[in-house]
Parts: sequence; structure tokens; C-alpha cells
Amino acid sequence: MSKYYVNKFLYSIDRDPEWVARYKEDPAATIDRWEKEVGIWLNSAEKTSWLSFTEDERRALINSDYEWLFAYGAHFFLYLTLFIGVFSDDWTEEKGPLSYQLEWARRLAPWIGKPYPSVAL
Amino acid sequence: MAELTAVLASTHHPFYLKATTAPPEERMPQADEWKRKVEAYRETLTAAEPDILVMVGADHFHQFFLDNYPTFMIGKQEKYDATFYNEEREFGIPKYVLDGDLVLSNFMHQGLLDEGFDFSFSHELKIDHSIICPIITVRPDADLPVVPIYTNIFAPPLPSPKRFWDLGRIIRKIIDAYPSDKKIAAIGTGHLSLELGGPRMFGEHGPDPEFDAQAIEWLSTGNIEAILENVTHESMASSGNATHGFMDLILMMGIAGPENADYVDQLDLYHTREMFMTWYPNKNDKMAEAAARSAAEAGGVTGPVYAAKAGATA
Ligand SMILES: [Fe+2]
Repeated sequence: MSKYYVNKFLYSIDRDPEWVARYKEDPAATIDRWEKEVGIWLNSAEKTSWLSFTEDERRALINSDYEWLFAYGAHFFLYLTLFIGVFSDDWTEEKGPLSYQLEWARRLAPWIGKPYPSVAL
Repeated sequence: MAELTAVLASTHHPFYLKATTAPPEERMPQADEWKRKVEAYRETLTAAEPDILVMVGADHFHQFFLDNYPTFMIGKQEKYDATFYNEEREFGIPKYVLDGDLVLSNFMHQGLLDEGFDFSFSHELKIDHSIICPIITVRPDADLPVVPIYTNIFAPPLPSPKRFWDLGRIIRKIIDAYPSDKKIAAIGTGHLSLELGGPRMFGEHGPDPEFDAQAIEWLSTGNIEAILENVTHESMASSGNATHGFMDLILMMGIAGPENADYVDQLDLYHTREMFMTWYPNKNDKMAEAAARSAAEAGGVTGPVYAAKAGATA
């Protein structure tokens, strides 16, 4: 059930500049804070009581581990845009334009020709 | 009755504005050609003299999320804010406020319900780049009222390709029946083969050039039979994990009908191929001349484009 929660994290972080900055600064602490302030809330008054991360999910989000998230079937659009927002500028400065994205594609190359894990929940 | 003067189906490339306004030292080699093609394509809309734009796109997890994801949805507002923070951040797309057309939104929504498409609707829809990209490319003054229609090409399970075609046909029927002397253009964007977050993204070309060529032939010849025979969710996934945006182009072809396109152009870029297609359901001399002029300027054509036969060289 927590694939939804992983997507909820990615979605709600990516759309808010303050959360993006916190996640870039300290992913582990940001995930804890996000759970308390955003994750368990349906809206400002209502809670969703049964959602949580597994240890693997938490680790993948702390490490911005796109290889794990791809294999897991988290939604590609969500972690692609967030991780580009967090990492791409620094990589561009150090290694040139699109270096982060192309390294990403290269690391996932073993998936070429195979059916990808579904992003359906 | 209203007159449908143009149907535009194109890819939406969020980096167009950035690429064509970058300072010379950062400009990609194809920027001038890209700009020329887009400006030529724009003329095919201008010649149709639209008063209202019916616009088809797909929210990219900007407003809609998996807690409540609409399969088909129509906006019903006087105004629409556009462009989300993360689109400004990643693509450098500016914010807009577009006028709506509440009367046509309501007429369209009722017509869709009457015809068996039970649409979701929104009175607080914010528009994302699937609709702002074509505003930037073909109507940069952003001076016309819009009726936004959103589809789910993104969060499975998705509707079938046939359903997108049928929806296009119904939208056409509703526009044709709209009691107004306004001229309406329908503009929709989607994708050819596209990969996001997977091993085939950001390559030298789109992930499946053969599919792209085939898709352009099918669309530009109005060949819905071939599409329904060959295109499935699985076949699109094998062409690139985000290729399902092609179904919005099928929808646009549904609005035009099973007809040859009147203008077709394309541009092979890194990551994905751009396609620019226009149908004139009620073509007049002015439109035909605009299409011919644009084709000459941009290297496009004023009719169908056929995929090279297997084994032939480009
Ligand atoms: Fe898109």
C-alpha cells in the first residue's frame, strides 16, 4: 500500500519550493518532518491513519535512489522532475549539461528491451 | 452554428521557450530552425481566425494526484491561472492568466454527458504546460478565451485509444452543434514516442523513431483503422514509457475526422521528435494559402506524410 505514500511524498515535495530546499539540504530529517506535517494528513483537519513507509522506501527516498524507485514502480514523472530540480544544476556546473540525466539513463540501461515495472498501484 | 475552422495536433515541448530565447553562447544548434518551424505553424492557426480555443491537454501531476485523479475533465471558469512553480523552475515557463468561455464550457460539458462521456469538472483548475506550451507556440498573445479539456494519459489504468478517438468525434459533434456565430479552433498536444525516467530518455533522438514516422503517417492520413489495429497501451510502452500522450493526438484526429491533414511538419530533436499538424475542416483560400506559405518557409508539407517503407533509406 505504501507505493502510494512514496508517490505522495514525491508529489508534495516537488510542488513546493520550501520542501524542495529542505529535501536537498537534509533528506532524512525532511522525510521525518514531512510525515508529521504532510504525509499523514488528508487535509488540514483530517488524518489518514494507515499510511507509512517501509524501510526500503525510506532508504530510497533518503538516497534519491532512482534505480530502486524505477524497479519499484514509483511514478517516473514524479521522481524525475524532483531529482532534476535537486541535482541537475550542480551536475551541470561540474560535468556539463544533461550529465545527471544521461548518467541516470546509463545506469538504467539493463532495462532496455525488457518490460518496465508498472507504475500502476 | 459555430464553425470549427482549425484542428491543431502537436507535441508539446516544454523547453521550446528556453531553447529559443537562450543567449547565443547557450543556444542549441537547432534553435533557429525550431523557431522557424513553430512560427510557420502558428500561421496555420492565425489564418483560421479563431474566436475561441478548445484546448486538450493532460495534467502532469501538477494539480491532479492519485488521491483523486480524473480520467476526463473539463474546466468551467471565467479565468484560468497557468504554470506551476515546478514548471517555472524546470522549464522557465512564465505564468499566465487565460480567459475562459463559460457558455461553451457548459454547453460542452452537457453535450459530453448527453453523449455518454461522464466528465469530471473543475471550478478551480490551474492550467499546466500541456496547454500553455501551445499558447506559447501558436498563440503567444494569449488573447483568446479557452475551454480546457484534460485527459489521463499518465496514471494507469488509462482509457483505450478507441475511447480517445470516440471522445474526439463527440467533441466535434458538440462544436458543430454549438449555437453561435463564433469561429472555434481545437488545439491539443501530446507526444510521439517519449521516455521519462527510464534508460531511453534524453537520447540523440526520440526512443522510437520508427513509431514516430508511422504515427505521423497514421495521423496525417486520418487512418484510425491502422491506429486501432496497431496501437495498444503495451505497444506504446514499448516505444517509450511516456508514449501514451500519443492518445491525445488520436483525440485531436477524432475532432478532425478520418481526413488527410492540411499541414504537417516535424523536427527531430534530442529526447523526442516534434510534430506540427493542422486540419482545416472548412478550408478556404486564405487557409490553403497560409498552409502553403508555412510549408515553404518551414520545410513542411500541405498533405499527408508517409513513413518510409522498411528497407528504404531516408
Ligand atoms: Fe507532456
